[in-house]
Amino acid sequence: MSIEKKNGTGTGGSGTPEIQVRGLHKSFGDNEVLRGIDLEVGSGEVVCVIGPSGSGKSTLLRCVNLLEEPTKGQVFVDGIEITDPDVDIDAVRRRIGMVFQQFNLFPHLTVTDNLTLPQRRVLGRDKEAAGKVAAENLRRVGLSEKATAYPASLSGGQQQRVAIARALAMGPEVMLFDEPTSALDPELVGDVLAVMRMLADEGMTMMVVTHEMSFAREVADRVVFMDGGVIVEEGTPAQVIGNPSHDRTRHFLSRLLDPAMAEVEEDRTP
Amino acid sequence: MSEAGTRVPPRRSGLTRRQKRAVSRGVQYAVFVAALVALGLTADWDQLRNQFAQVDLAERMFPDIITLALKNTVLYTMSGFVFGLALGVVVALMRLSSVGPYRWLAGIYIEIFRGLPALLIFIFVGVAVPLAFPGTEIPGGTYGKVALALGLVAAAYMAETIRAGIQAVPKGQMEAARSLGFSHARAMVSIIIPQAFRIVIPPLTNELVLLFKDSSLVLFLGVTLEERELSKFGRDLASETANSTPILVAGLCYLLVTIPLGFVVRRLEAKAGEATK
Repeated sequence: MSIEKKNGTGTGGSGTPEIQVRGLHKSFGDNEVLRGIDLEVGSGEVVCVIGPSGSGKSTLLRCVNLLEEPTKGQVFVDGIEITDPDVDIDAVRRRIGMVFQQFNLFPHLTVTDNLTLPQRRVLGRDKEAAGKVAAENLRRVGLSEKATAYPASLSGGQQQRVAIARALAMGPEVMLFDEPTSALDPELVGDVLAVMRMLADEGMTMMVVTHEMSFAREVADRVVFMDGGVIVEEGTPAQVIGNPSHDRTRHFLSRLLDPAMAEVEEDRTP
Repeated sequence: MSEAGTRVPPRRSGLTRRQKRAVSRGVQYAVFVAALVALGLTADWDQLRNQFAQVDLAERMFPDIITLALKNTVLYTMSGFVFGLALGVVVALMRLSSVGPYRWLAGIYIEIFRGLPALLIFIFVGVAVPLAFPGTEIPGGTYGKVALALGLVAAAYMAETIRAGIQAVPKGQMEAARSLGFSHARAMVSIIIPQAFRIVIPPLTNELVLLFKDSSLVLFLGVTLEERELSKFGRDLASETANSTPILVAGLCYLLVTIPLGFVVRRLEAKAGEATK
């Protein structure tokens, strides 16, 4: 059964897709939030999911690591069907890093302990090895000097970078970002996006729910526009953001009033 | 606002508001002092002094009241608190479980043990348990029995406190832990419960004060001389000497612990209030 599925995915292009979503439905009570999603994210690919609030994009992301249980459909990560009730979800989640809008750092632990505790408890690394990995990842996000600080003493942008470092310390193959800059003051957004750009350049597979159109345009390999629980259109940033083919996409983008959009409008007027 | 509304209305009594307040307060003080004086005049002070303030009798109680009675009170309280806390955490987790029967059991437990007087539970542990399981001894002798009785009562209250504490930890904390690969149980132990405990330290300390006082119910278990705590110690000496001074001294020993503990609770509450800002 699983072999057949793996063969089936070969059509996508470069090998097995890292993430594969098939016929995904999700309802909360009577409210159907996802109404049949099919999506693939290839290895090393950066996919940005955009769309109005309530379009189901965050729910889709949360279904990919089973923080939400899909009502119907399948999700594969690296060829493993995680929606199979027999699969060890904790083992799968170790390979999927997740970054939340509200950072969700552990407030009772220092920055370093935020990074080392999951490694030690979940991966069974010893204190020294975990400390090394933690220091390395704090350096990557440019926060080595905050190693002994508590989250409450950090700015939102710094907290989010620590949250990214915490996810990276687990050595994930995929990173999911759920509106990582939406809770930040505008002047703090840049540092977080810079870290995400660095990850993309390093070849990390990323799925990013975001309202940052300039980031999507510059970094994404593919942009997915969702509305009303379905994928309305997907393609390269130039296609979806630069030259959307659906009214709903155009309507959404024009309402964002993003500086990037102004450029797009100018591009198209002549 | 209209001009008429800002105009100061004429004072009918001829007093300013501040003067009125001063008069009102003066009357309250006068009534209070009058009541005190009336009590002071009508009470039989010689009798009171004879019954409650025999200095030589009070002196005779030392050092035993500290080295034996207060020590035992503290030991009973601590053993009850530790057992109650452990049971309380289990009941709280059952209360929050997704498994229906666990929730119901925990709910029934809490309702029963919060609804019964602690005294009845002491009698139950002291009488019913030995009858029901003849030949079996509760480990730890009297200390074990007290830990059981006090703990059973305390667990019901603490379970509700701890449950509230766990629920006060933001949902994102569990999600972050799960997304890092923690199992639900691991996340509870490593991430959620440590944060919940910070939240519930003030109410738990308060529970400790209540337990400290409830430990006096050991009186009803029947204890050896060596096992007496403050209330039993005071009462025994009081009936032996036909004088109530020992009761007063025992009472002061309780206050020696409960007042500083109460102070600690208020400090912790103030600190917790600051931290959540």
